[in-house]
Amino acid sequence: MSSYVAPSPWPVFYHRWRLYLNTWRGSVFSSFLLPVMFLVGLGISVGSYVDDSALGMPYAHFIAPGVLASTVLQVAISEAAWPVLAAFQWVRTYHAMRAAPLRPIDMVGGEILWIWLRAGTSAAGFLIVLTLFGIVRSPVALLALPAALLLAVASCAPVLAYSASIRRDGWFALLFRFGVIPMTLFAGVFFPVEQLPLAARWVAYASPLWHGVELSRAATLGTPTAIGWLGHAAYLALWAVAGYLLAVYRYTRRLTD
Amino acid sequence: MVTTLVASRVLRRTTALFGTLSRAGSVTARDLTAARHTGYWLVVLSGFLEPVLYLFSIGLGVGALVGEFHLADGRVISYAAFVAPAMLAASAMNGALAETGYNFFARLKWENLYDAMVATPLRPIEVALGELLWALARGLIYEVAFLGIMVALDLTTVWRALPALAASVLVGLAFGGLGMAFSTFMRSWQDFDYLSVATFALFLFSGTFTPADAYPDALRVVVALTPLYHGVELLRGFTTGALNVAMVGHALYLAALAVAGLAVAGRRMTHLLCR
Repeated sequence: MSSYVAPSPWPVFYHRWRLYLNTWRGSVFSSFLLPVMFLVGLGISVGSYVDDSALGMPYAHFIAPGVLASTVLQVAISEAAWPVLAAFQWVRTYHAMRAAPLRPIDMVGGEILWIWLRAGTSAAGFLIVLTLFGIVRSPVALLALPAALLLAVASCAPVLAYSASIRRDGWFALLFRFGVIPMTLFAGVFFPVEQLPLAARWVAYASPLWHGVELSRAATLGTPTAIGWLGHAAYLALWAVAGYLLAVYRYTRRLTD
Repeated sequence: MVTTLVASRVLRRTTALFGTLSRAGSVTARDLTAARHTGYWLVVLSGFLEPVLYLFSIGLGVGALVGEFHLADGRVISYAAFVAPAMLAASAMNGALAETGYNFFARLKWENLYDAMVATPLRPIEVALGELLWALARGLIYEVAFLGIMVALDLTTVWRALPALAASVLVGLAFGGLGMAFSTFMRSWQDFDYLSVATFALFLFSGTFTPADAYPDALRVVVALTPLYHGVELLRGFTTGALNVAMVGHALYLAALAVAGLAVAGRRMTHLLCR
């Protein structure tokens, strides 16, 4: 009897892994060098002009967990953007997978597993850097890793649905310029959101990144979060579940045309 | 007799120059025609947004934590007024590189547009010049809008903004020349990753967010060689009103870079297109 492999997300994950072995060099920049440059160029350099008493800690300690979360966001969204559109539109990998016994749900699941690996390793690498800089001292900081995975799935799942709904990559420029970059700059990474005007503050509160920043800041600094860690985790889980369902729906629609 | 000879020579040179400029202008005019669809303009306009968001986030947001900022000459300005000219310089850099980097490369390598152009009386250097003019025009939109915002936020005055606008065109010219020269050496679009690494490093470490004087010595020497640093210093001198002699040096550096970049791009294009 021929060996029948039941449909599962793992072949999709393995496919991404094999592709990554060819192109990993470029990703070292975006997922490792970039956050370190932010830490040195803003955290330490600008930090020397910041009055520590205003934040209750050195500025580098304040932005480090924020840069960690924003790197996770950046990696998760990039991986759910161009490679996914390519698999639908340019290389048509998904169409080949669909012809095999893989279901849309396996493809979404496989992409999320892969993004977890990418985001998780970026977060772990940056935590090591933070330890070397003396910013992270307690093993409690390891809790930033589950926070990173939660933020990764909350941000990548809706983008998987977005990528499954578009046909030209120009839409990604808009996603980054009107979504990712404003979030990175205003969702509590570089300065506390309390400084924002009221309307902008609520937009920041609604963004998944702010909740990820609060969680990872609580982990690396051991400080309480604004609405309790459970509240932040629940909000991110909401994004993850809604995004996941939408992504499965959009994948199914696109692959049954 | 001699005067007639000299006069005819001058006349020939002058008409040649006008010919060059008008042929280069036809390349710019093609770009303008090709840009006439909404999707393109949406991307161009959204590109302007990035430095503005940085100004609000780092300049005003982080600036509130920094408080007042002491310049080298002892004057006190807001941190936002310190960061704003650097964002303007970065904006001029990005605007110029957006056209002369990836877009220029696509026309050169994939669209074979320049192969078609050099089959007409256009010379490669004229094509390069025309593209540079287009990159400057695109950058000019960003720069005027950004300076408008700076004036509105009281980070500079109109009279300081005017020379700053001219200086930002010079920054765009330097990076446009550099970007084009760089693009002629690229093998594939993956090579543009190096360009984005380099521009991001320049963006963070060109005296943009803190004065370059405060950098460690080794870094300061390296930074003093890079182009964005000279752009930032030149623009900061104008927008804060702290005019100084060193600005002449910064301007000369940028002008030399523009000429060198254009010359290299012209030569490389001759090599690539006229085989």
